[in-house]
Amino acid sequence: MTSLPQVEAIARRSLVRTARSPASAIPPLVFPIALMILYSAGLQSSTTLPGFPTDSFLAFMLAVPFIQGALFSTMISGTDLAKDVQTGFINRLALTALRDWALLVGQLAGVVALGVVQAVFYLSVGLALGVHIATGVPGVLVLFVFALIVSLSFGALGAFLALRLGSGESIQAMFPVLFVFLFISSMNAPRNLIGVDWFRTAATLNPVSYMIECVRSLIIVGWDPEALVLGFGFIGGIGIVSIALASRALRLRMTRT
Amino acid sequence: MSVWPVVSGVAWRTLKNALMNPQIVLPTMLFPLFFFTAFAGGLSQLHRVPGFDFPPGYTAFQFVFVLLQSAAFSGVFTGFGVARDFENGFAKRLLLAAPRRVGIVLGYGLAALLRWVVVATVLTIVAFAFGMKIGGPAVDLGGLYLLAILVNFCGFFWAGGMAMRFRTIQAAPLMQMPVFLILFFAPVYVPLHLLHGWIEGVARANPLTYILETGRGFVAGNPPHVLAAFAIAIGMGAAFWWWAFLGLRRAEAAGG
Repeated sequence: MTSLPQVEAIARRSLVRTARSPASAIPPLVFPIALMILYSAGLQSSTTLPGFPTDSFLAFMLAVPFIQGALFSTMISGTDLAKDVQTGFINRLALTALRDWALLVGQLAGVVALGVVQAVFYLSVGLALGVHIATGVPGVLVLFVFALIVSLSFGALGAFLALRLGSGESIQAMFPVLFVFLFISSMNAPRNLIGVDWFRTAATLNPVSYMIECVRSLIIVGWDPEALVLGFGFIGGIGIVSIALASRALRLRMTRT
Repeated sequence: MSVWPVVSGVAWRTLKNALMNPQIVLPTMLFPLFFFTAFAGGLSQLHRVPGFDFPPGYTAFQFVFVLLQSAAFSGVFTGFGVARDFENGFAKRLLLAAPRRVGIVLGYGLAALLRWVVVATVLTIVAFAFGMKIGGPAVDLGGLYLLAILVNFCGFFWAGGMAMRFRTIQAAPLMQMPVFLILFFAPVYVPLHLLHGWIEGVARANPLTYILETGRGFVAGNPPHVLAAFAIAIGMGAAFWWWAFLGLRRAEAAGG
């Protein structure tokens, strides 16, 4: 058996499993958008602050679902893979001719496919609500590439956690920890308008701020090379480290004895 | 036979489960702290928005919302525990064993309250460490906590009523989403008069807006519409109490 059908089978299984479970498929689509709409309505008056980069808080906030949705995907893919560990599915796979990397690539392909669905949904809702993308169609394409890399990187992180912890409950318990990175970032305000010193420092040190600002720049600023390099650089770095860690953890899990 | 042994037994078991299990205690404790840190820290410049007038400052402004939110969600999370107890069969045994079943609901309610007291203590310490200032006297602060206790009862009796009707943890979104929505349809980030568009209309019709404004007034030292806020909180508490006890009857009729 060549590797491609193996990847395809695992990816299909990952996607079908998510699609068949509304409790898994709906929250990553609905919650980030619901929060975006609620936050935008409540925080619209903050656009009157001197130095706020746009007069539409909705446009400012549209970047957040892309990262928040990826966090949800991390938990879903991680929980699914952890279930496979718990139920012995991974052990049974270890008895087959399946290659380790094909399992990881297949699993991540499923997460990336979900990421594409999320990106299309978030962008469609944003456009339907009147958001104008400052960088136009080329910017939308860059946005999709970024969303793919975010899904891949966070998916690999979820896979690493699943293979390392081996329990769905432990993955769920990691959810608040991952959310800290989103909360202590520039998600609600530009960093130069954060008044509390320690919070501004924490947001500046937090890579999630640069990912949000990368997407935000495409939507409200225009082509900003610094924001793009920082955003792609951080998510690329996280992706490389996560994939390396997940590959190592998978090799250990799939060790044939 | 007194109802107290049932109340205390259920409350003790529920509280022990909630506080000894990291997967239960962490979200209860961490989410209010996340919200408080993100709002009070990340949005602190909102006090410079023209028309924003809250002398104690933005930290105190957000503290009141997060305190009420933590009260509501401590109740909702206790409702999750009720659903879990029905799912794993414990509640069925409880219904058989309890001489006065009303004590079961009251016991869960007491656990929800004590669980929130732990969260509120941590949140208050963090808020003062964060530099929160209080404009009113201590008795006013007592008024805020009293309002929060009533919100905690509302949160639990709502979620507990749902849990006893559905008797599965899969009803969790039905328990928490309405509470989440009613909280976030209130003036969370800025005062009511600074809201514009559809959210302003929704916030004006939202009963929690009046509780939130009175709570913020307690912190600032000039609470508006105190009687109306307590009347709303007590009225909602009574309605959800009734809702929860009808839920108990449904569970009894279904045999747990």
